[in-house]
Amino acid sequence: MTGEPLVRWDWVYGHLGAIADRVGQHLYLAAIAIAAGFVISFALAAISIRRRRLYPIVTLLATSAYTIPSFALFAGLVAITGLTTVTAEVPLIMYTIVLYVPNIVAGFDSVPLDVLDAADGMGYTRGERWWRVELPLAVPLVVAGLRLASVSTIGLVTVSAILGDSFGGLGYYILDGYERHFTTEILVGGLLSIALAVIADLGFVLLGRVLTPWAIPRVGPRAARQRVSG
Amino acid sequence: MDLVTATAQWLADPTHWQGPNGIPARLFEHVALSGGSVLLATLVALPLGLWIGHTGRFSWWVVSSANAWRALPSFAVIGLLVPFTTVIDPNLGFTLYPTVIAMIVLAGPPILVNTYQGIAGVDRDLVEAARAMGMKERQILTGVEIPVALPVLATGMRLAAVQVVATATLGATFGFGGLGRFIVLGDANQDNGELFGGVVLVAALALTTFGLFLLIERRLVSAGLSRGATG
Repeated sequence: MTGEPLVRWDWVYGHLGAIADRVGQHLYLAAIAIAAGFVISFALAAISIRRRRLYPIVTLLATSAYTIPSFALFAGLVAITGLTTVTAEVPLIMYTIVLYVPNIVAGFDSVPLDVLDAADGMGYTRGERWWRVELPLAVPLVVAGLRLASVSTIGLVTVSAILGDSFGGLGYYILDGYERHFTTEILVGGLLSIALAVIADLGFVLLGRVLTPWAIPRVGPRAARQRVSG
Repeated sequence: MDLVTATAQWLADPTHWQGPNGIPARLFEHVALSGGSVLLATLVALPLGLWIGHTGRFSWWVVSSANAWRALPSFAVIGLLVPFTTVIDPNLGFTLYPTVIAMIVLAGPPILVNTYQGIAGVDRDLVEAARAMGMKERQILTGVEIPVALPVLATGMRLAAVQVVATATLGATFGFGGLGRFIVLGDANQDNGELFGGVVLVAALALTTFGLFLLIERRLVSAGLSRGATG
């Protein structure tokens, strides 16, 4: 670090292929957790909506799981499941549940009863009503859950670097750069993982807009006032 | 089974409970770092959240940046800080400073967002009634808005504290002590007893923090609100 420039661009150019591989690994590890977590959470949310009494229990369990440090879980699981993708995925999936479930439940709760009555009056069957009325109206909050879970998961993937060189995605560069006192590597790993999270977030915002073309984007003081009075 | 026995044996060994590398010393480090970071974050985020919530100024900024803060993974933040903090102090800048700053960055947003949402979510009719009764803005804030919003504010503090206690474990990877040290050492020495002992201690501390804050939250709810009054 003595007299060297902050970023050694020659190192970056020389490792473009390896960096691309790490980005791919990062997205792969994150995508599995975001998708699997979503499926599990959707099931848990569906159960919680039908059986209201179970909802506080689901929430408490999910919050408790979220409380256990990722660092401890990754390290602890190695002794049980070995150095496999499962070891990296179990904590990542576990952490998404507490972010998904409340949003999905709130999404379906936000569907006004009048609208459900109207759908029934129009002769929709239960299945049709769910698919064509409830689900579309729940989309904004479900997408909010996806944004939270994807951003948080992409960040947490970096921690799996402590499992070893074949994990961690861009987190590998953060840890390796720290150990070697090599700033360029830390910056590449840190900034790119933040960039991935921001891109994923924007992607889901866009998806939300596409899925709910009828909704007017609610940003600014008017949205806040509406929520207070409603 | 072996894992459980090894962990129990490591935890039961009295030599692990004394000295500067013992469990009490590491626990103290962990709690001191977490407590200090949450306190510093509160000093900044709480007054800011109260002000934004009360006046409504810059609220768009809080709402839109709430999610963006999550994009800053602590692991990356600590790593990114190291090159800069080592310039200030080569030793502490490599261990303590980046961890503390990363924990403040982690704790601030939930406190700020919950404080803002709690205050902004107070029934406007209630605030108008207080204003009509001749209460000054400061009195409205301390006498009406804060008491009504207190459970939401406390939730923000809990989220921040639990996240910091859990994430401070990472500091051990970056040379800071705390309970994460046992996990790092257990991993390096292939000592599963020590590794899992560390995991158990960290999880226990995080869950204890969670439970303690939950208890405090229950106590903080104003009597008028807990009687099932609906707004």
